[in-house]
Amino acid sequence: MKFLATATAIIVGAVMATTTYAADLVIGVSWSNFQEERWKTDEAAIKAALTEHGATYISADAQSSSAKQLSDVESLIAQGADALIILAQDAQAIGPAVQAAADEGIPVVGYDRLIEDSRAFYLTFDNVEVGRMQARAVLAAMPKGNYVMIKGSPTDPNADFLRGGQQEIIQAAIDAGDITIVAEAYTDGWLPANAQRNMEQILTAQDNKVDAVIASNDGTAGGAVAALTAQGMEGIPVSGQDGDYAALNRVAKGHQTVSVWKDARALGKAAGRIAVSLAKGTGMNAIGGAKFWTSPGGTKLNAVFLEPLPVTKENLSVVVDAKWITQETLCQGVTAGPTPCN
Amino acid sequence: MTHSEATPASKPARKSIIQLLELDLRLLGMVVAFAILCIAFDLATGGRFLTPRNIFNLTIQTVSVAIMATGMVFVIVTRHIDLSVGALLATCSAVMAMTQTQVLPDMLGLDLGHPLIPWVTIAIGLLAGTLIGAFNGWLIGYLTIPAFIVTLGGFLAWRNVSWYLTSGKTIGPLDPTFMKFGGISGTLGATGSWIVGGLALTGALYGLYAARRNKKKHGFTIKPLWAEGMMAVIISTAILGFVAILNAYEVPARKLKRMFEAQGETMPEGYTVSYGIPISVLLLIFVTVAMTILARRTRFGRYIFATGGNPDAAELSGINTRWLTVKIFALMGALCAISAVVASARLANHSNDIGTVDELRVIAAAVIGGTALAGGAGTIYGAILGALIMQSLQSGMAMVGVDAPLQNIVVGSVLVLAVLVDIIYRKRTGEA
Repeated sequence: MKFLATATAIIVGAVMATTTYAADLVIGVSWSNFQEERWKTDEAAIKAALTEHGATYISADAQSSSAKQLSDVESLIAQGADALIILAQDAQAIGPAVQAAADEGIPVVGYDRLIEDSRAFYLTFDNVEVGRMQARAVLAAMPKGNYVMIKGSPTDPNADFLRGGQQEIIQAAIDAGDITIVAEAYTDGWLPANAQRNMEQILTAQDNKVDAVIASNDGTAGGAVAALTAQGMEGIPVSGQDGDYAALNRVAKGHQTVSVWKDARALGKAAGRIAVSLAKGTGMNAIGGAKFWTSPGGTKLNAVFLEPLPVTKENLSVVVDAKWITQETLCQGVTAGPTPCN
Repeated sequence: MTHSEATPASKPARKSIIQLLELDLRLLGMVVAFAILCIAFDLATGGRFLTPRNIFNLTIQTVSVAIMATGMVFVIVTRHIDLSVGALLATCSAVMAMTQTQVLPDMLGLDLGHPLIPWVTIAIGLLAGTLIGAFNGWLIGYLTIPAFIVTLGGFLAWRNVSWYLTSGKTIGPLDPTFMKFGGISGTLGATGSWIVGGLALTGALYGLYAARRNKKKHGFTIKPLWAEGMMAVIISTAILGFVAILNAYEVPARKLKRMFEAQGETMPEGYTVSYGIPISVLLLIFVTVAMTILARRTRFGRYIFATGGNPDAAELSGINTRWLTVKIFALMGALCAISAVVASARLANHSNDIGTVDELRVIAAAVIGGTALAGGAGTIYGAILGALIMQSLQSGMAMVGVDAPLQNIVVGSVLVLAVLVDIIYRKRTGEA
């Protein structure tokens, strides 16, 4: 037993050395799943914004578990967070965590994903608009034919916002009989592997008679394109979002039509600014750019919506100019592609 | 677990204080390791780890896994394994969520909030868990499919049964009474906690007295009176200290204010209310006591350890090991259902990802708690302590701000290390 005791002491001792505490404002961030690459970018932006405002960053990663996220939030509150930024794993199951924060008078910023609670502030890109942009780009490339809708995770409210925006744009073409939606599927956990499996099933069921795919993000688009490639069908219009490196590369190659780019750095920066203002006691409705908004679930909350940008082969240079991606990464394996890959 | 601690009475050798107190050395080691862990985290977080608030959080975070770990002890002791507990929890949670939000209100016409709903729901959940568990046990015991395979299949199947039942949606909010089992939304308050603490203390002291009287009656050696007294002091301090700590965590002033405002009153100056013992923790204590009695005092318990020690000998001596397997897995299923009540009530919703990787945390808790995978040995309280150590490690590291991958590396290493230490300990003491 002494052995175990000594070993634990060593581990804990090693861990101890990494801690520091400051007396100024502390902002706690609860991530839903840090395994996904994109949140690293957001984290860097939030950290930079907090440093700029003189606040300390503490965080926890729920590792895709809504139960762990609740424990994480309790822990962040116990560590003395003055405001919380929460990327919710589950829009409803996060409720008890928001309750706990509200009991302590700690403001909560719902980061990128909606929290169905009027006491939370909502910060995101305009997801309905993202959906509209995806559908617009695909519709322009393929005005007639059989469409497949690859939707996001059934537990993520964004999935339905996106789907709603997409429908607004293609509704007229459906009514006119130009477009038929031959299949649509949710992608559990937004996992590319699930999107690929769904797309393979759809292609089999439809005998490959598919002309365009409206996929809700770049990960699912990647899965869909992989399924299309297996059938030699790559190159038909496919939408996406997030500006993933692989997706931008597909746009350069012509395997994907559009990736609606939401600059995560802008989102992270805004989140840091809003969390600090809320922690200092600013009212939710007094935040710059905030408006009162009603969610599809009927919750009324204060929200800030940032404007996204559709990246297609026409404006591909934007992402390089913004230093989001290097030209080499963007144009890897592309010859005689669109600017800047020519 | 060592049932045969009958030291020959004639041995006059000098005994150390630990032997005199008849403490389980392995338990003592774990408690010491746990204490060191807590103190180290407390130092590392600048005194935030051992606050009443965090201890309260830790206990309610541990309950769900700990309840299942008690059942896993029986499963592992009989040389089986159950990989499907997390999935089973999800299925039970889904069944109960659908029962209380849709089936009962729509089919039986009970209004939402009807006082019968939570109890009927829990009964149905328990029934579902027990039946599924018994089915697993039947496949293992009577059809002789290895437990690893049956429960690996169950791991995939039951998680997706839960998905199918709810169409992958988050179901909620759940019934308010049902949610009282989740932890912070249902606590006993200061007075209630002291009453429970008092009852527990009386029970424990009577237990000590009864054991001593019993030993005396049968002519066994008894501890010196001062040793009994010391045990009594230790137990009293532990029970009353635990209650005092949980009572020291007060409901945030803002929440109280809102509760008063909701009733149209204003809060008196300096008014405070304690949380006290959460109902979920009480449930865990109840399960622990019941399972310990089951393991030590009943024929069922003796059969389990006998079968685990030597299945062939047990069968030859007339134990129906097949039926025993069914019973053990049915019990495991029922415990999964109880955990499902706690886990979904804590989230105030049933979510599709509920109980993910819980199977591994449950097995790890049982193993860290000294349950031998070779069968025949294991204790209920060890498994609870194992679950507590795991949760403390995880939440402590999250508090200190260790990176997510490092946290899991440490937890994994501790698991392996704990088993190594256990093996060394067994070799030294010459135990099985």
